[in-house]
Amino acid sequence: MAAEHHGTLAHHFESYDQQREASSLGMWLFLVTEVMFFGGFFLAYIIYRSRWPQDFALASHHLDVTLGGINTVVLIASSLTMALAVRSAQLARRKATVLFLLFTLLFGLGFLGIKAAEYADKFEHHLVPGPGFEFHDEGSDPRHAEMFFNLYFGMTGLHAAHMVIGAGLVFWLMFPAWKGRFNAEYHNPVEVVGLYWHFVDIIWIFLFPLLYLIGFHLEG
Amino acid sequence: MSVHVEPVRVYVFVFLALMVGTGLTVFAAAFDLSASGIPFANDLLAMAIAVAKASLVVWFFMHVRHSTPLTKLVVVGALLWLVFMVALTLGDYDTRGLLGVPGK
Repeated sequence: MAAEHHGTLAHHFESYDQQREASSLGMWLFLVTEVMFFGGFFLAYIIYRSRWPQDFALASHHLDVTLGGINTVVLIASSLTMALAVRSAQLARRKATVLFLLFTLLFGLGFLGIKAAEYADKFEHHLVPGPGFEFHDEGSDPRHAEMFFNLYFGMTGLHAAHMVIGAGLVFWLMFPAWKGRFNAEYHNPVEVVGLYWHFVDIIWIFLFPLLYLIGFHLEG
Repeated sequence: MSVHVEPVRVYVFVFLALMVGTGLTVFAAAFDLSASGIPFANDLLAMAIAVAKASLVVWFFMHVRHSTPLTKLVVVGALLWLVFMVALTLGDYDTRGLLGVPGK
């Protein structure tokens, strides 16, 4: 067994292998609860979408597919840089780890910036659920469209909250990475934040078609 | 089980596959597939592509292919509980009104 690195092996673990396996398993257990957390939203979406398919398609048509698509690409790119950050940490490449974390952070912030611009646009067009909500599309019940936007803001809002937390975690990781704390045996913090980051990416992979694309084939 | 360092090309291939999947999703959404007679054909196709993309992320980016059997079990368990929740809830919603229950 290799010597301890900066006291990074907790005393209740027998080996670094065991420590890594335990931390990954713990993160996965947390992600199971996250699947159920978002799952409730997806379930509500399935029920209302199957009831009011046309209303949802018309409401979805008011979302910007270009911005949503760009954000999908940005988020997948951030997952690539996150995976490469974990890899660099495994290889104890200090500067590469910091650099890939920085790219991940910047992609994450870029995503949030675009999301903020989209939200502002929805406020301007009275598409935010509540007393100010207005929807005049022909052949559509405004109350059903309002339900679509409830789900839109609920799901993307919860997702964006996860992005903010993820960006904070990635920023925090840059300090120990800069100090050269990570190596083949001890890189659990980067690994588990990576798991979290990829999970948030997966949520968006499902949100993009369900929210942005269901009205894409409509004219106008 | 020591740490397994993936070659960079694996991550790049997965990234490119995810990009192709995204392009395919947008392309397929431009057509109205309801003419096929399958209800929600567009949604089902989009979800099929999304599941494929998510599987790539889980298997490669999230290192499940090198993880312990216990971790793999937890991943499958997450999906199982999600299926339970959706199936049981829809089992309720989609069967309401099938029987003429008085006072409903």
